[in-house]
Amino acid sequence: MTEITRAEVCAAACADAWRGAGEVLAHTAGVLPSIGARLARLTTSPDLVLTDGEAYFMSDPPPLGRTAAEGGVVEGWVPYRRVFDIVAGGRRQSMMGASQIDRYGNQNISLIGDWRRPTRQLIGVRGAPGNTANHRTDYWVARHTPKVFVEKVDVVCGVGNDRARGTKGLRFHDLGVVITNLAVLDYGDDGRLRVRSLHPGVTADEVHANTGFALDASGAPETRLPDATELRLIREVVDPRGLRDREVSRGTRS
Amino acid sequence: MGDKSMSLEDFAGTVESGMTIGIGGWGSRRKPMALVRQLLRAGVRDLTVVTFGGPDVGLLCAAGRVRKLVYGFVSLDSIALDPHFRSVREQGGVETAEYDEGMFVTGLRAAASRLSFLPTRAGLGSDVLTMNPDLVTIASPYADEEYVAMKALRLDVALVHVNRADRAGNAQYLGPDPYFDDLFAMAADRCYVSTERIVAPEDLLAAGPAQSLLISRLFVNGVIETPRGAHFTSCDPDYGRDEAFQAHYASAARDADAWRLFRKTFLDGDEQAYHQAVAEFHVNREGQEEGR
Repeated sequence: MTEITRAEVCAAACADAWRGAGEVLAHTAGVLPSIGARLARLTTSPDLVLTDGEAYFMSDPPPLGRTAAEGGVVEGWVPYRRVFDIVAGGRRQSMMGASQIDRYGNQNISLIGDWRRPTRQLIGVRGAPGNTANHRTDYWVARHTPKVFVEKVDVVCGVGNDRARGTKGLRFHDLGVVITNLAVLDYGDDGRLRVRSLHPGVTADEVHANTGFALDASGAPETRLPDATELRLIREVVDPRGLRDREVSRGTRS
Repeated sequence: MGDKSMSLEDFAGTVESGMTIGIGGWGSRRKPMALVRQLLRAGVRDLTVVTFGGPDVGLLCAAGRVRKLVYGFVSLDSIALDPHFRSVREQGGVETAEYDEGMFVTGLRAAASRLSFLPTRAGLGSDVLTMNPDLVTIASPYADEEYVAMKALRLDVALVHVNRADRAGNAQYLGPDPYFDDLFAMAADRCYVSTERIVAPEDLLAAGPAQSLLISRLFVNGVIETPRGAHFTSCDPDYGRDEAFQAHYASAARDADAWRLFRKTFLDGDEQAYHQAVAEFHVNREGQEEGR
């Protein structure tokens, strides 16, 4: 078997986010979260519900990045209006991206600068406030840098632990993990990010240097490697075209 | 049943400057683009535009017709951001109300039900409340809970595009997703439906089941037949998004000179001239590809 790549380590880590999730809708934004959800569905979480990203639930998903019209088996109809009902009902678990994220997991994808006149308009808050108010939310960061992991985000889209604790009504707030190209992070009892594991080949110093706030990674164990079954599924079934290597460089070896 | 069919020109006369207009579709999908283009020709301004935005927002902003944008997002789908939207935001050129997508739908539902607000969890603790200081939270009268009181997004006029309609205003979608077009229709004082084809009522069910009859004539004031009227956004299954043209639009939108040329080529004439120019764009493009 060829060498295991960093992208494949990330895929398995993403899949682990849905372990034990039960019969919920897996929502993903980005390539690695999509691979992770499919991998989870084929291994530890067979009850997971997947969509084609368009208007259908898929019991057998179409090829990565394609819609139901391009293959797969439809098992339900889920137009956008139904998605918001499912979000409100809580039977969903989301892994989104983050343009900025702070130590408490406040996430920003909306804009950089002042909201009245941004220096850079990004994608907007999208569904992040609703996701974090209603069900478990994880984040995927393809490039772990100090520009992403900041002291203070410019706009709070996804709500972090500090704000959630101070806001009445957020009883379903549930932040899970933040998976990056360097490490798996989760939250301590104080609501702050901590390093759960470092990907093979990554040092604590590397994570420290690439994070814009104090984050102690010393003593963190190594992120697990995907096993032979998972590697075969990633390479042959879930992502045969190798889209994962575009999001996490192949040059980064484990 | 009354005949509500009308021309694009007559439609344009029904929209006045300063109005709040809701635009159906989602991103770069099934947008009533022919109606938007007609608004550009008609010269209405100071609009408040309420939408899950795509190039409808870009075109109206580029022409300086928008005073306030109320949106769940603005995206061209295959291109993450509309360059006109990005540029107008970064210049501080338009007032905005950005909502979480679910909050936006809640606002439409409230308006459609003639309520001034509806409660939702979405937005609690987030900066959506900071960016919209008029939004307040409300205590549940039944439990020790707090919700966002999402304001009704009531509209003067709603514009939507569908695959088929009859002259009375019964409107049918044939694609995979209704988006929120029926909610837009019900949240508005008046609704105008553009359609690929006007058919007889008895022919509506020829193309799809009764469940595809998305909007009842109860909520429709005018029907405008505009073949390829969603172009360059998608109108499945009649046609997909014109990706080549959308890419051309986005690249022109990033440069002032290129945009002037785009406007002159595609937007300065009537709707027929638009489609003629688009056809020529594709002929020239294919010619260039063959010559390569």
